Amino acid sequence: MARSTISRRRAVQLLGAGFALAACGVDGQGGKEKVSQSDVQEYWSGKAKTGRLSWANWPGYMQDDRETIKAFEKATGIKVTYKEVIQETGPWFGKIQAPLAAGQSIGFDLMVMTNGIQLEKCRQLGYLAPLDPSRLPNFAANAGPGFKNPSYDPGNAFTVPYQAGITGIAYNTKYVKDEITSIAQLFDPRYKGRVGMMGDSQELGSFGMLLLGIDPEKSAPADWEKAAAKLREQRDSGIVRKYYRQDYVDAVSKGDVWLTMAWSGDVYSLTSPDVRFVVPEEGGTLWTDNMCIPKTAESPVDALTLMDWLYVPANNAPLTEFVNYITPVPATRQIIAADAAKATGDDRKDLTRLSTSPLVFPSAADLARLRHYRRLTQAEEIQYQKVFEPIAKGA
Amino acid sequence: MPRKVSGLHVYTMLLIAWLLLPVAIMVMFGFNDVHGKQNFRWEGFTLRWYARLLDKDDLTAAVVNSLTIALASTFVTTVVGTLAGLALGRYRFRGEGVAGLLLFMAICCPEIVMGASLLSMFVTLGLPRGHLTILASHVMFSIAFVAVTVRARVAGLDPAVEEAAQDLGAGPWTRFRLVTLPMIMPGVVAGALLAFVLSIDDFVITDFTGGATVTFPLWIYGSTRTGMPPQVNVMGTLIFAAGALAAALAARRTARAGRLPGSTGGQSGDSSIVPKMTEETSR
Amino acid sequence: MAGRRRIAPYLMILPGGLWLTVFFAAPLVLMVSLSLQTGNLVDGFRQTFHWQNYTEGLGAYGDTFARSLWYGLLATVACMALSYPAAYWIAFRGGHRKSAYLFLLLLPYFVSFVLRTVSWKLVLTDNGPVLGPLRDHGILPQGFHVLDTGFAVVSGLTYNYLPFMVLPIYVALERIDPRLVEAAGDLYASRAQAFGRVILPLSLPGVLAGVVMTFAPVSADYVNAEVLGGPRNTMIGNVIQSEYFDNSDYPVASALSFLLMAFLLLGVFAYARALGTRGVLGAEGR
Repeated sequence: MARSTISRRRAVQLLGAGFALAACGVDGQGGKEKVSQSDVQEYWSGKAKTGRLSWANWPGYMQDDRETIKAFEKATGIKVTYKEVIQETGPWFGKIQAPLAAGQSIGFDLMVMTNGIQLEKCRQLGYLAPLDPSRLPNFAANAGPGFKNPSYDPGNAFTVPYQAGITGIAYNTKYVKDEITSIAQLFDPRYKGRVGMMGDSQELGSFGMLLLGIDPEKSAPADWEKAAAKLREQRDSGIVRKYYRQDYVDAVSKGDVWLTMAWSGDVYSLTSPDVRFVVPEEGGTLWTDNMCIPKTAESPVDALTLMDWLYVPANNAPLTEFVNYITPVPATRQIIAADAAKATGDDRKDLTRLSTSPLVFPSAADLARLRHYRRLTQAEEIQYQKVFEPIAKGA
Repeated sequence: MPRKVSGLHVYTMLLIAWLLLPVAIMVMFGFNDVHGKQNFRWEGFTLRWYARLLDKDDLTAAVVNSLTIALASTFVTTVVGTLAGLALGRYRFRGEGVAGLLLFMAICCPEIVMGASLLSMFVTLGLPRGHLTILASHVMFSIAFVAVTVRARVAGLDPAVEEAAQDLGAGPWTRFRLVTLPMIMPGVVAGALLAFVLSIDDFVITDFTGGATVTFPLWIYGSTRTGMPPQVNVMGTLIFAAGALAAALAARRTARAGRLPGSTGGQSGDSSIVPKMTEETSR
Repeated sequence: MAGRRRIAPYLMILPGGLWLTVFFAAPLVLMVSLSLQTGNLVDGFRQTFHWQNYTEGLGAYGDTFARSLWYGLLATVACMALSYPAAYWIAFRGGHRKSAYLFLLLLPYFVSFVLRTVSWKLVLTDNGPVLGPLRDHGILPQGFHVLDTGFAVVSGLTYNYLPFMVLPIYVALERIDPRLVEAAGDLYASRAQAFGRVILPLSLPGVLAGVVMTFAPVSADYVNAEVLGGPRNTMIGNVIQSEYFDNSDYPVASALSFLLMAFLLLGVFAYARALGTRGVLGAEGR
């Protein structure tokens, strides 16, 4: 593995994060951003294990029979209430914002949020419990290099990754005879009415910028305008069939759209052999879904226990075998490979495919092509939304 | 009169067929032997999803949420709405016009506006959203329908019957229990049924006021993103069957009750309950 | 006794009136107030009488607004055109099976609204049971699709809101005394004349009530556009929904909601006034 590429990227990210922090300090927004040792101590002092835990997650992020949760309950004696109530980050934030602002419980002790606008808001508004690194030994020992100290949450002050994924292109080989390799093909008039794009402005905007060779993370308002113009052109010439949320999966497997922006894990777990996923030449986006604890949680200690427990490779492997996104615990690969060696028949095939899949364990070359969303400040966010939001809204 | 098949007859049948086509598809895909997450291609017949109906804990919880909220909402709405309908139908009083206007606005106001304004209020007050806020909003948008339904029924009653009861020495409570209530019962039942249907099927307002609480319609909407499991079709089929059955029975019962003395008998006795509700709400 | 009589209606209307005041009227007032505020979730919202929320909202989404009303109109007209003949046939020719036919017509609406819309999408899908075979047999061109078009949205709206139109029309038709029609015949009116001079005018209040009951909810719908529409078919409901949920831009969302409500309610009032369907306003008893 060409580790050096990643660590260079990380170094750059760290530098960027450092500047961002400094900048925040100047205009006085960063008060809640920096977590001191005493904040952590203050939060966790007097908090004790309750033996219960209520967990809000996305659909499809846990085995149907909840195998991983059962294992956790058995190992720790903590009773878990698991609910798939998060379908989109925006609406989810809308739902939890009021109680969190009022200092009330949201009914969940643990939630999974994607890095991006809403997670940033949660951090800035002081809605999240500061994590106590001393209680996350397995995270420290086993988290992959790309998952520690991410730019959107320096020092993992509030979050640890649950799963990560790539936004790339999925296409249905039954209808698309050419090989799809680039974002530019999503703008090809030959596929008029057969292209799916994502409605989320962070995803959509990032792809527009990638097309123009701009790194979204380092973009400025002028870049947004340029990308938006391209995306509008694509829409108004009738190339875009629809701006999807997650329902592109259905549309691309049915053949309503032939090629579409897509998330890696969704495509991997499709049973249809016709649909293929690619990381475009121009690059894709790498995002992370993160576990975090709302400040008003009733059982934060139990939540923290679960976070750390999932970083034991043996505990994480069954989850990864089901979820098919990128696991933050690279050592699970050996376990899955070992499981594959033990298994027979279809199981063996499935597990081998998983342990060798570039979508689940991306190669260094793929990772190097991936970019991140821009971490938008409050002022930037409004401007950014004004540029990209109306595109998907048909205005 | 010998009846030949007319063009309009054929047309009506075609219309009904069109309306039922999506329902047939829903029922059919509840029997589909699918293996992946995408349930849209026919892969053979199975009863598996009926046996595994309760496998999806979250779906089951959502259906339970929907049912409990609908029952609670129906109960509160029927009591509160019937009282309001009685007041409006029976008495002339100052402020009647304002009350009538409020009811009319509550019926005509688009759902999204109600939902959005409730959300604004809950956000401003910092109220946590959940079962109680859903219940409050469901009662809110159902009251007007029940009140108007009951009012129409009351307005059609002959006051002489009640006066006779009074002359015979019946106190107000006895009069209400033995005379008024039985006479307005068809209106109350129709209103209650309407309240139940409005609540259990509501998506828009619950979407705004539900917070992290998920009801059946919300769960379906969410599941379309990742692939709707066949259990949704099964659940939909069962609710469809139960609803259709309940309405058929209620229609029968109302038809019988409609012939009670004191009713105006304005409609033919056998007409179904649903047009009666609409007639009364649209007046 | 007399005093009691005067208090009674107020006591009876109090719980319902209070409920509607707290959860319907008060939120509307709050929404109007919020629509004039500025700020964001992080810093909070402040009342600044920022009328620009309205102009900005309309500026960015004026087209969407117009499109909503246009789709609303199309679907209402489609509902009317589809409903009237069937309601007519059932009311006058349904015989003793009248209520059975009506029941069949309403049967689909026992399926949850969202589920119904999703099923309708399944019908319209490119390789679905209807379009798939038609294309395979070369009757439709290869690139043809219905899903994710304005037509799909309007068809979904029509499908979902048909009962709001069928029922009032049916009720109005059913109430017409058949002897009136016979009398017209006796007076040598042709069937068309009998329809035009007797049935149609008598059923008009039902049609008008149907329009009132259909147009407002259809124009404000966002589920159909979301499930069945393409990039240029969004309705104002979608914008309001996403301004609330995705952007948490409560002031602009409130401004758009208020505009929508004002438009629809004023429209309904004006319409009811002009056509004299006072019954819709609930101003008259039976």
